[in-house]
Amino acid sequence: MKIGVVTFPGTLDDRDAARAVRYAGGEAVALWHDDAELKGVDAVILPGGFSYGDYLRCGAISRFSPVMEPLIAAAMGGMPLLGICNGFQVLAEAHLIPGALTRNQHLHFLCTDQKIRIENNNTAWTNSYTKDQEIVIPLKNGEGSYQCDDETLKMLEGEGRIIARYVGENPNGSRNLIAGISNERGNIVGLMPHPEHAIDALTGPGVDGLGFFTSVLKAMVK
Amino acid sequence: MSLDTVAKAKANPDTPQPFAELGLKPDEYASIKEILGRRPTSSELAMYSVMWSEHCSYKSSKVHLKQFGEKAVKTDALLVGIGENAGVVDVGQGYAVTFKVESHNHPSFIEPYQGAATGVGGIVRDILTMGARPIAVMDPLRFGPADAPDTRRVLPGIVAGVGGYGNCLGLPNIGGEVVFDETYLGNPLVNALCVGVMKHSDIKLAKAAGAGNLVVLYGAKTGGDGIGGVSVLASETFESKGPAKRPAVQVGDPFVEKVLIECSLEIFAEDLVVGIQDLGGAGLSCATSELASGGSGGMKVQLDKVPLRDPSLSPEEILMSESQERMCAIVEPSKIDRFLEICKKWDVTSTVIGEVTDGTHLEITFNGELIVDVPPRTVAHDGPVYNRPLAQPDYINQVAKEVINPPLPTTAAEIKSTMLKVAGTPNLADKSWITDQYDRYVQGNTIQSQPDDSGMVRIDEKTHLGVAVATDANANWSYLNPYEGAKLALAEAARNIATAGAKPLAVTNCLNFGSPEDPGVMWQFAETVRGLADGCLEMGLPVTGGNVSFYNQTGTVAILPTPVIGVLGVIDDVRTRTPMSFKDAGLELFLLGATDENLSGSEWAYIHGMRGGIAPTADLQREMRLIELLVAGNKSALFTAAHDLSQGGLAISLIEMVLRHNVGATIAIDKPGISLLSETPGRVVVAVTSAKVDELENLAGKHSIPLSKIGATGGDSLVINDATISLDELRTAHTETFKKLFG
Repeated sequence: MKIGVVTFPGTLDDRDAARAVRYAGGEAVALWHDDAELKGVDAVILPGGFSYGDYLRCGAISRFSPVMEPLIAAAMGGMPLLGICNGFQVLAEAHLIPGALTRNQHLHFLCTDQKIRIENNNTAWTNSYTKDQEIVIPLKNGEGSYQCDDETLKMLEGEGRIIARYVGENPNGSRNLIAGISNERGNIVGLMPHPEHAIDALTGPGVDGLGFFTSVLKAMVK
Repeated sequence: MSLDTVAKAKANPDTPQPFAELGLKPDEYASIKEILGRRPTSSELAMYSVMWSEHCSYKSSKVHLKQFGEKAVKTDALLVGIGENAGVVDVGQGYAVTFKVESHNHPSFIEPYQGAATGVGGIVRDILTMGARPIAVMDPLRFGPADAPDTRRVLPGIVAGVGGYGNCLGLPNIGGEVVFDETYLGNPLVNALCVGVMKHSDIKLAKAAGAGNLVVLYGAKTGGDGIGGVSVLASETFESKGPAKRPAVQVGDPFVEKVLIECSLEIFAEDLVVGIQDLGGAGLSCATSELASGGSGGMKVQLDKVPLRDPSLSPEEILMSESQERMCAIVEPSKIDRFLEICKKWDVTSTVIGEVTDGTHLEITFNGELIVDVPPRTVAHDGPVYNRPLAQPDYINQVAKEVINPPLPTTAAEIKSTMLKVAGTPNLADKSWITDQYDRYVQGNTIQSQPDDSGMVRIDEKTHLGVAVATDANANWSYLNPYEGAKLALAEAARNIATAGAKPLAVTNCLNFGSPEDPGVMWQFAETVRGLADGCLEMGLPVTGGNVSFYNQTGTVAILPTPVIGVLGVIDDVRTRTPMSFKDAGLELFLLGATDENLSGSEWAYIHGMRGGIAPTADLQREMRLIELLVAGNKSALFTAAHDLSQGGLAISLIEMVLRHNVGATIAIDKPGISLLSETPGRVVVAVTSAKVDELENLAGKHSIPLSKIGATGGDSLVINDATISLDELRTAHTETFKKLFG
């Protein structure tokens, strides 16, 4: 199973995402923002970072990268696609998922071990978890407050597309404690916290994040 | 203004020049004339003024710093020593590690966010310039009183700047210090440390060798920011009422630096450069003169080729600009196409601005006219050297007579209130409000970060090799006795490495002081350097480089002498490190090292407004035995946990240990007041299982380190004799301070 990890200028967590793919048993394939090709991968991760320095708006420039054209087409066709943090912001800017990520309510960058609850375990990226399972993975961002209009929120809630919610105090002001959402089909997931930093207790708060990467490998076998 | 050329300088020898405004003294100006045999051109004057500034030339400190060379230990571990951008240390398995700490104090007071941000940016480029991939940063910070209005302006800005830049570079922040003291109110200290890793064969040096090789400037375009930063800002005392010096502060763009790092590492991997230098303080003046000095001396540069952000910049301004995110490389003509191709891939602007010649002069032209013609060593290395007058200040003998006897707790109620006070006092309180603004996870190799004794990162995923770094300074002790203070800071940093099981290997330093023109400050500095050099020699640790920051002084008030000492250590297998705390009940707690009753310079004395007394004397032989014990105990998996005792003594170390995993402890100690609050150096708390107590006793006996049982782990309180403090109460006291102060 080949999982592509895209590097944009300013991407930071690409090596971490590739490591997580390897820990889960997959093969990580480096994809470059300026090459409009997916190198035959079965799924793609848009990792965290500050692509293009977050200039204009987070993810606003990256969404126009050449790699995005074949990627959007493949994801629309059902290929699993996970956007983590800055990757989530790119997905939102590309309108692959609704809503927007705005400045944290408290205006600070926040790096913390965050408890989240998996609310939908039927997506390509969450099927290794049980429903309502609580896990701890790092959250680290300056612009992680998920916002959308009331109608969209109602739709996301109604269709079970809120795949993960923050547990406890709202860390950034996200509506309805949203930590991650999916598209209608469940193959595209945007997630603000970082599962790739919780794959080894030595270097992270635990191994709770590995499930996102084993999930996609399982989804592809099916 | 018309261009001042070498021809004009020869023709008009008596043109008045603004050397004083540029920070040069009359005799310095006279020696420039003597070197050149004529008056300098305005561009040459600009170059000499920035390169001969205190910040770049170390003119006041050089005569003292040479002790680091004279007293150097014989070691094979040091691959590149003092004088390059950063020292390089062999850590085994073919890996080399480079690390350095630098100050960015003055800009950070003027413009906290940008000052701190570009401090991180500058030290990261120093590390990159050695050929290394930067892998972590740390930031020792010092501020005025926590509740002072100006601290509320400066601290949030500095923290946001350190985070804003470091986070965007993808570098984990693995630790540092935050200390508050009145003397830093007008002179906050922002020191930034970076660690980088490479293979031995990848080490790069700043030298322009090989006539015909090309000089390439790449990275950001040059703008008008930071002009004269080193001479105007970092080398003068702040006047209480002067004009704002904002234009001399640089403005950073971390995205450009991140791209510059990746681009440079790709260039290094293909072996495309002969020499390389980053552009930091003194900008192009520094990079061109240092590169040329590193070779035979000959270099021609066409200054009009430098890409500009602001086309109205004069040649003098281009030479002095400290615009960030720029590098200068020496490239063989046969490799230039590939070099430029990689820059294009990363959208990095790169321009050939000159070439290496077989001459001995650095010649710079602007639109075809010769504006600089100098022997580069005279700019880069042969600056003035001052043997400034020094004299032991009067306060030294006065404070030594003071009796330091703050009230000590004896009853259960007093012990409890003391513990809560210690937990929440700003210098000892939980620093998460700050460190949660830094990314500690990126790169996926962080093993330890704040509040651990040291930061630790893995450098090889297959062999599990790692390095640990700690920085320490105890300015209270340095104030009482700068010689002992330097040794004590060195010992503490080394101990902080060893508690995790890493072996100390090398030292860097950032020496923050007041004005060198004050003989008392100069004496503090000289004593500090002597203490550090003696200490490093005794402990067998090479000094790999460092930085001096003078003029941290507002009016006549100087900061406390603040030598920040960084120690780097190596650990063969990061998986076996000794953690700082315990997760289980039923472990036995022991104190390694003896406690004495001297509270001079302690946090408890400071809380009670007592500054004086007599600093402890460093016993480095005992410190070395303790370090050996800690490393040996780690190797045999003796310890479940180990935590250093320093500022705040046993009290704060116990608080940090029980709160880490929310497992309490029961402690029984004689003389609880002094036992909890004394800061006697050379002590560590360790937790072991009952089965290992004999082994611990044997090891302590073998290394002649006093050992005393102080208690056991377990419960949901910290119990000290008959005082019980619930972990919830303790946590609230420890964590609410920063939230209340900074919100």
